[in-house]
Amino acid sequence: MSETNSGGREFADRTVPVILQINGIKHELQLEPRVSLLDALREYVGLTGTKKGCNQGACGACTVLVDNERINSCFALAVQYQDREITTIEGVAHSDQLHALQAAFIECDGFQCGYCTPGQICSAIAMFEEFKQGAPSAVTEHLAETEIEFSEAEIKERMSGNLCRCGAYVGIVEAIREAFDKEAAR
Amino acid sequence: MKNFAYARAQDADTAVQLITQNQNAKFLSGGTNLVDLMRENIEQPDHLIDVTGLPLAQVEELPGGGVSIGALVRNSHLAANQIIRERYPVLSQAILMGASAQIRNMATTGGNLMQRTRCYYFYDTDARCNKREPGTGCDALEGFNRIHAILGASDDCIATHPSDMCVALAALDATVHVTGTGVERTIPIVEFHRLPEDTPQIDTNLQPDELITSVELPALPFARNSMYRKVRDRASYAFALVSVAAALEVEDGTIKNVRLALGGVAHKPWRATEAEKVLTGAKADEEIFKRAAAEELKAARGYKHNSFKIELAERTIVSVLKTLASEGGAR
Repeated sequence: MSETNSGGREFADRTVPVILQINGIKHELQLEPRVSLLDALREYVGLTGTKKGCNQGACGACTVLVDNERINSCFALAVQYQDREITTIEGVAHSDQLHALQAAFIECDGFQCGYCTPGQICSAIAMFEEFKQGAPSAVTEHLAETEIEFSEAEIKERMSGNLCRCGAYVGIVEAIREAFDKEAAR
Repeated sequence: MKNFAYARAQDADTAVQLITQNQNAKFLSGGTNLVDLMRENIEQPDHLIDVTGLPLAQVEELPGGGVSIGALVRNSHLAANQIIRERYPVLSQAILMGASAQIRNMATTGGNLMQRTRCYYFYDTDARCNKREPGTGCDALEGFNRIHAILGASDDCIATHPSDMCVALAALDATVHVTGTGVERTIPIVEFHRLPEDTPQIDTNLQPDELITSVELPALPFARNSMYRKVRDRASYAFALVSVAAALEVEDGTIKNVRLALGGVAHKPWRATEAEKVLTGAKADEEIFKRAAAEELKAARGYKHNSFKIELAERTIVSVLKTLASEGGAR
């Protein structure tokens, strides 16, 4: 590596200090630039709730929230995510009170083996926000309108970045619908 | 993944300077394609210059009715932008039909333009691929080539460009603004990507020291009547077999203006100029739509597994134009 390093001050190779703000706690790490956010969370911080599935952005098991938006942490280099607010599945509950989506997933059998569940829940949390802000999806009929019906077609399209190999989709859609209805009624 | 040296640029000049001064360097933005390619050892840069700190994340209305999209505007934000949704719906739809919500939150406008092909043989380092390793041959020619090109391909490469966004940009006559060493220039979108010819390793006409700063959409009032249709193997989260981006203006039954581009069929977003010539000034009916589609696909060549794309492209063009003609500008 060192022979390809220009030696300039601008570049950092080998390991670099990386400060990550995760679930409200600051973590000071020393990482190679190639370490993904997913590996930083699991291997360096010890937060193993976020799962590694395909490691190529196809399955969504690694979904986390960054500044309340969902991303695939497998594609994210940790060094790029300093000074951002990162939330993992470990950070969505309020002390011992489960997040509404966590409770709904249990209530509606939104999983079988549970491996995709942290990603599904983080993804659904961000999806609620996108929906509330009036963001359209590929199945939104009237693109220019911001009042969009929270239909099953919308849920399925908006959650298509999260695969469940057990095929618990019926329960997942039901859980999301239930949590959304509860929140809307509140 | 091979390790690399990392630097974060705060302005375009520094970014350009860093890429010129360092061997085997690449710009890094959302990382949704580059990080994946690095993990597969297809891309092996020694230096990554992170440009996500540059102030290029704005969508701005331009005097005269156009819109400027900063290179770092993320795909999800662009698709949800109210101006784009109202004036250029084809662009919102194209973006929303690409990838997943998670990826659209990371991927940027500039990064989307720089996407590399999803050809299986390009991704398989055990296969021969002139794009990955010039001069080794192309295993797609005689291989499983269902997803490959039917227009503008060469004997060296039949890969397709995977972007949906770029197909909409091609239909909208966008221009790409770039900055290099002391020079700024604009590249029309249809000249940004290139056909493979005998140098398929070069995807675009961007120079090695050039950085995309923005994409400009011209004022195009009739683009309010525009749409994107994508035909694929799954209903969501799959690359296009064939896609069509179109904008249409019909006045008193006659086609006054039309823009048409195809995705999934060529090494670059394919602007259907032959079809446009047939359509412009003609009576807007199914017969002329069919004739225009056939005219555009006349030059098409299918391979063992993808000949179906020729008829699929024709039918998709006709279907999109029929939809736009029946909606007549009021969406």
